[in-house]
Amino acid sequence: MRRLISAALLLLAFGTAAEAAESTKPPAQHWSFSGMFGTFDRAAQQRGFQVYKEVCAACHAVNLLSYRHLRGIGYQEDDVKAIAAQAKVMDGPNDAGEMFERAGRPSDKFARPFPNENAARSANNGAYPVDLSLVVKARVGGANYIYALLTGYGTAPADVKIADGMSYNAYFPGRQIAMPPPLNADGVTYQDATKATIEQQARDVTTFLAWAAEPELEARKQMGLKVLLFLIVLTGILYAAKRKVWAGIH
Amino acid sequence: MAEAATATKGHAEGETRRDFIYLAAMGMSAVGAAAVAWPFISFMNPSADVLALSTTEVDLKPVLEGMAITVTWRGKPVFVRRRTKAEVDTAAAVKLTDLPDPETDAARVKKPEWLVLVGVCTHLGCVPLGQKTADPRGDYGGWFCPCHGSHYDTSGRIRKGPAPNNLAVPPYAFLDDTTIRIG
Amino acid sequence: MAAPAFNNALVRWIDHRLPVFSFMHHELHEYPTPKNLSYWWNFGSLAGIVLVLMILTGVFLAMHYTPHTAFAFESVERIMRDVNYGWLVRYMHMNGGSAFFIIIYIHIFRGLYYGSYKAPRELLWILGVVILLLMMATAFMGYVLPWGQMSFWGATVITNLFSAIPLIGDSVVTWLWGGFSVDNPTLNRFFALHYLLPFAIVGAVVLHLVALHRFGSSNPLGIDVKGPQDSIPFHPYYTAKDAFGLGIFLILFAGVVFFAPNLFGEPDNYIPANPLVTPPHIVPEWYFLPYYAILRAIPDKLLGVIAMFGSILVLFIVPWLDTARVRSAKFRPTFRKFFWVLVVDCFVLGYVGANPPEGWFVIVGQVATFYYFFHFLILLPVLGLIERPLPLPQSISAPVLKPAEGKA
Repeated sequence: MRRLISAALLLLAFGTAAEAAESTKPPAQHWSFSGMFGTFDRAAQQRGFQVYKEVCAACHAVNLLSYRHLRGIGYQEDDVKAIAAQAKVMDGPNDAGEMFERAGRPSDKFARPFPNENAARSANNGAYPVDLSLVVKARVGGANYIYALLTGYGTAPADVKIADGMSYNAYFPGRQIAMPPPLNADGVTYQDATKATIEQQARDVTTFLAWAAEPELEARKQMGLKVLLFLIVLTGILYAAKRKVWAGIH
Repeated sequence: MAEAATATKGHAEGETRRDFIYLAAMGMSAVGAAAVAWPFISFMNPSADVLALSTTEVDLKPVLEGMAITVTWRGKPVFVRRRTKAEVDTAAAVKLTDLPDPETDAARVKKPEWLVLVGVCTHLGCVPLGQKTADPRGDYGGWFCPCHGSHYDTSGRIRKGPAPNNLAVPPYAFLDDTTIRIG
Repeated sequence: MAAPAFNNALVRWIDHRLPVFSFMHHELHEYPTPKNLSYWWNFGSLAGIVLVLMILTGVFLAMHYTPHTAFAFESVERIMRDVNYGWLVRYMHMNGGSAFFIIIYIHIFRGLYYGSYKAPRELLWILGVVILLLMMATAFMGYVLPWGQMSFWGATVITNLFSAIPLIGDSVVTWLWGGFSVDNPTLNRFFALHYLLPFAIVGAVVLHLVALHRFGSSNPLGIDVKGPQDSIPFHPYYTAKDAFGLGIFLILFAGVVFFAPNLFGEPDNYIPANPLVTPPHIVPEWYFLPYYAILRAIPDKLLGVIAMFGSILVLFIVPWLDTARVRSAKFRPTFRKFFWVLVVDCFVLGYVGANPPEGWFVIVGQVATFYYFFHFLILLPVLGLIERPLPLPQSISAPVLKPAEGKA
C-alpha cells in the first residue's frame, strides 16, 4: 500500500523530478524584432524563408502557415502565387471520387514533407522532425535557443558518449540530437549576394521562424505604443480629476 | 444622509460649470471605450482564411443542354444552367417594363448559353427550386422559391412574388471554353 | 428613503415604474463610504472590471474556438493568425486571467491585513472565498482549452487529484473525464463549464456587493463609521479614485498584452497536446503554484490533496479563527509582523511550487506549508487573545492621537 501511495505521488509530481537534462544556456543574440520598437528585418525573413524551403522543409513542416501568409514578409501577390504554384497539393475528391494533385494556391497550407507522423518517423530513424510553425514560442529561450541549436553542433567532449545516428549539440537537452547538422556553409545561394555562412543562415531562418510563430508581432507592438501613449495621457488626466474631486476632503 | 444630500447638491451645481479637467477625463474615456469596441466588431468579420477561400472553379464539360448544376461558392449555392435555345429566346423577348427589377438578359450572362446565378432568393434567403428536372419551376420556367412563392424566369429575374430583386449574378470568368472561375 | 428628483422627464417616467435610477443613485451616489479608504481599497472594483473584460473577451473568443481535440489547438492559432484582432482578444483573455488573480490576491491580503472579515462582514468574506474557488475552477478549465501540452497534462494531473478519494476515487475521475483518459469528452465539458462558471461568479459578486452595501466598506483604521462626518458619497469621490486606479492598471496590463504577452505563459503550451509524452518539467499556472507546493509537501497522496484543498477552505473560517477584537493590523504590532511573514510564506510556497521537488526545495516546502496552517489555525486565535492592541482613535475624522496616548 505504501509503495502504491508513493508511486501515485510520483505520478502526481508528474515527472518534475525528471532528469535534469544538462545543456548549455543559449547566449543572448541581438534580434531586430526584440524590444518595444522591434520589427522584423524583411530581407532576413525572405532569406530565412529560402533556407527553410531549401533545407528545413525536407523534413520539417510548418502546418500553421499558408502561402498567403507570405504577404506578411514582403512578398507581392504575384510572388506568393508563383511560390504556391511550385507546391503539389492533394485535393479532391473530384467528380469521379478520386483524390488528385494540383498546383498550390495562395490559400493552401504549406505543403508538408510527410503525410503523417508515422511516415515522418519511419523516414528519420524513429525521430520526429517537429512542426516549426510555433517552435520559437514553444522553446525556453525562444529565438536565442533556435539560433544556438543551429550553430551548436560540434565534436563531443571525450566524456560524452554519442549514440549511433545521433549528433552532439551543446544546446540540446541531453546534448544529443537526432537531427544531423542541417546547415552547410554556402548550402543555399542567396539572391541578394549575402554570404551564406552557417551563422548567417541560422540567423535568417530563425528570423523567419520567429515571424512564423508571431506573425502579429509588428502590428502588436505598433498598436501597443499608441495604446500606451493614450493610456498614460488619460491616466494623467484621471489623476488630475481625482485630485480636483478630492480637493475639499481632509 | 444630510451630508450626502448636500454633497449631491454641491455636485449638481458643479456640473453646470464643469471643469475642463472633468470634460477631458470623460471625453477621453469615451474615446477609449469606442476605440476598444472596434477590434471586437472587426473580430466578427470574415477572417483572413475565410477571405482567401473565395474562388471556386467549375468544370462545365459534363453539363448538357437543358441541365443545371449547383456548386458551392462562399458557402452558398451557385446555379449554373446550360439553357436551351428556347429558354434564351424567351428570356430575351421579355419587355423591360414587365420586370419588377428591370435588367436585360444580355446584361446577366457572359455567354447566352450559360446562366450563372447565386441560388439564394432575394426575399429572405431560401434556395429556390428548379435545378432538377422534377422540380417546380414556377410560372415563368425558371425557378420557384417554395418559402414565400417567388417566381423567377429563365434569366433568373423576379417576375412574381415578394422577392424585390433578380437572383444575383456572382463575379465569374471563363478560364477556357469549358471552365469558369467564380469569385 | 425618498426618490431623488431627476431633471430628465424620461428618466423620471422610467424611474417611477422601474426604479433603476433611484437604485443607482442610492448605491453609488448616496452610498456613504468611509472617507479614509487607501488605494488598497481600489482592487475590489478593479476585479469587477477585469471580470467584465474576461467575460467580454471570452464570449468573443468562443465565437471562433472549436472544442474538439482535433481542432482546438489549431482553432486557437487561427484566432491568433487569421481572425481580425484575434491575437489582441486572445492575449487580453490570457493575461486577463493572470491579472484577475493578481488583483484578487491583493484584495484578499488587504482583507487579511485590515481584518475586513470581522463581524459583521463574515458573510461578505465567505462569499469572497466562494468567488476565489469559482475563479480557480474557471481558470483551470480555461487553461485546458488551447489543448497544448500543459493544458493536457495539467488537466490530467489535477483531475487525478480526485483519485485520492478513498473507495470511489477512480470512479469519480472516470466520471470527470467521461472516458478513461483526458480526451474529447473532457475538453467538451470543460468548455461548457468554462463558459458557464463566469456567470456563476457574476452571481456571487452580486451577493458579495449586497453584503458589502449592508454595512459598507471597512477602512484602514478598522473602526466603524460614527456619523456623517466620517463618510463621503461613493460618487464622485471613489468613482474618481477608482478610475485613476483603473488607468494605472490598464497601463501595466497593456504593457504585458502588447509587449510581453507570454510573460505568464509556458512555452510548452505552444506544443499541441500529446497524450503519449509528458513534458519533462510541468508546472501549473503561476497562481496555483502555492497550492501545488502544499500538495507536494505532504508525502501522502490523500493527505496532500486534503492539505491543498484545506489551504483554501481554511479561509472560510478565518472570521472565527481570529479572536482579536480590533480589526486593523495598524493597531496590532505583533500581528502585523506575522502578516508579513505570511505574505513572504506564500511567495516561498509559490517559488517551491515552480521548482522540482528535489533537495532543499522539499524541506523549504514543508516548512512553508507548516507555517501557512500554523498562521491560520494557531497564530490567529492565540495572538488575538494575548496581543494587547494599540489604543484606537475616537473616530475616522479624528484619527490623530495625542503622543502620550499613542505610546501607551
